[in-house]
Amino acid sequence: MELGSAQVIGAGLAAIGVGAASLGVGVVFGSFLQGALRNPAAADGQQGRLFIGFAAAELLGLMAFAVAMIILYAR
Amino acid sequence: MAAETKIDPMHQFFIDPIAGQLGPDNPFAFTNSSLWMLILLALITAFMLAGMRRQLVPDRWQVAAEGIVGFINSMVETSIGPQGRPYLPWVFTAFIFILFANLVGAMPFALVPGAHPFAVTSQFTVTGAMSLISFAIVLGVGFWKHGLHFFSLFVPKGTPFALKLLITPVEFISFAVKPFSLGLRPFIAMFAGHILLDVFGNFVVQGINSQSAMGYGVSILAFVFVVFVNALELLIGAIQAYVFALLTSLYISDSVHLH
Repeated sequence: MELGSAQVIGAGLAAIGVGAASLGVGVVFGSFLQGALRNPAAADGQQGRLFIGFAAAELLGLMAFAVAMIILYAR
Repeated sequence: MAAETKIDPMHQFFIDPIAGQLGPDNPFAFTNSSLWMLILLALITAFMLAGMRRQLVPDRWQVAAEGIVGFINSMVETSIGPQGRPYLPWVFTAFIFILFANLVGAMPFALVPGAHPFAVTSQFTVTGAMSLISFAIVLGVGFWKHGLHFFSLFVPKGTPFALKLLITPVEFISFAVKPFSLGLRPFIAMFAGHILLDVFGNFVVQGINSQSAMGYGVSILAFVFVVFVNALELLIGAIQAYVFALLTSLYISDSVHLH
């Protein structure tokens, strides 16, 4: 197999991780809404933690994207 | 067909020297990145000057500036506490710089022929340097306030000794990775978003150029997608600036209070 084709396949495989991270982001916001609707008074104080969880979940997906880009544009 | 006009989404991130030559003997040239940083500086200065007129009945600029400053101030106060006041300038600087860079980078300046927009935060050198400054503050404050006792940050309290042996290296590694991940986050968010915009913008043009019914259909779909991704890009830009400021103040809080 040529290097270029292998790179494209590898980048596509690495992009699966971005989809997995989207599940994580959905879980973060979904759980926050579940909790927030049960106790709306406490919800505003937890927004910082919401975004920390969002950032952590998102970062792992972005890592997959970075890996895909490194594979795709590696020489 | 796609081979004729190859999409090159990386081209938008190239750093071109505007004045002077970039070379091994002259690493400091005035590039498009420097130009856009100066534009950001001018914009932020204008925004803050317009907002700092201290009128009793504020106009809309003053409300905007006071809103942002108050927002960051309350964030620093809730995460660090009353001792957090000295760190407010850096947190606010980082926040407003990343916010303006992300928002200006998403603006469609390319509508003017020849104007070449450049998102400063899409270069890891910029965001990485900002996260290094954050960690210089974290380490400096930690060692200044606590001396060598700062290393107890890595040892969780109230755990059995056998578990401490296991957890301390893990905590150390997680601390060592933090500056990297802090700078990586805003960089990759901008990088990925701009690649996405570039690729789908090219789909619009290529669909029109193909002059077929399917091509026009693809163009319309891609155009609608680009509009929504642009809106998402504005949201992501604001969220990344907020997350950078929030994490910076949390890390500073860790080193001020040592858990």
